[in-house]
Amino acid sequence: MDGFGSDFSAGGSGGKMDTGTIMEQVKVQIAVANAQELLQRMTDKCFKKCIGKPGSTLDNSEQKCIAMCMDRYMDAWNTVSRTYNSRLQRERARM
Amino acid sequence: MDGQGATADPRLQQFIEVESQKQRFQQLVHQMTEVCWEKCIDKPGPKMDSRSEMCLVNCVERFIDTSQFILNRLEQTQRSRGSISETMSD
Repeated sequence: MDGFGSDFSAGGSGGKMDTGTIMEQVKVQIAVANAQELLQRMTDKCFKKCIGKPGSTLDNSEQKCIAMCMDRYMDAWNTVSRTYNSRLQRERARM
Repeated sequence: MDGQGATADPRLQQFIEVESQKQRFQQLVHQMTEVCWEKCIDKPGPKMDSRSEMCLVNCVERFIDTSQFILNRLEQTQRSRGSISETMSD
């Protein structure tokens, strides 16, 4: 991915980049960063839960465990997000 | 000079503020999911059971309580003991 640096420097040398384009690109970058963060933490957690002794292949039961673990991790992420969000709402209402 | 014009754009400035706040939220969700996953999920099953769900909700609430408690207590000890630099160098 060579978008970030080159696109921004292009704004300085050539024509000025408009604000809308910058905002769109930043949004994409943020989404990518968040997906990577989730992927990394999920891989960590599910490896830990599902791979007891690493064998010569990722066997069937390990694959099943990883698939379930991924779904549960997403559930947990959504529950945490929902809970945190409603907590913020409550605290904002108290102020 | 030209570069500063971009950051002074009020639309961009507001955008950055909003996105930064959203990002702080996201970051904390990632962090709490990791912490509470360890506390609440034993073996991931085919469905999220209600006990784990309840545990996650409590975990998030207590994590935030803990963070606020620590912040308050630090502020208190700081106030009763003078400036932070004195407390730190003790």
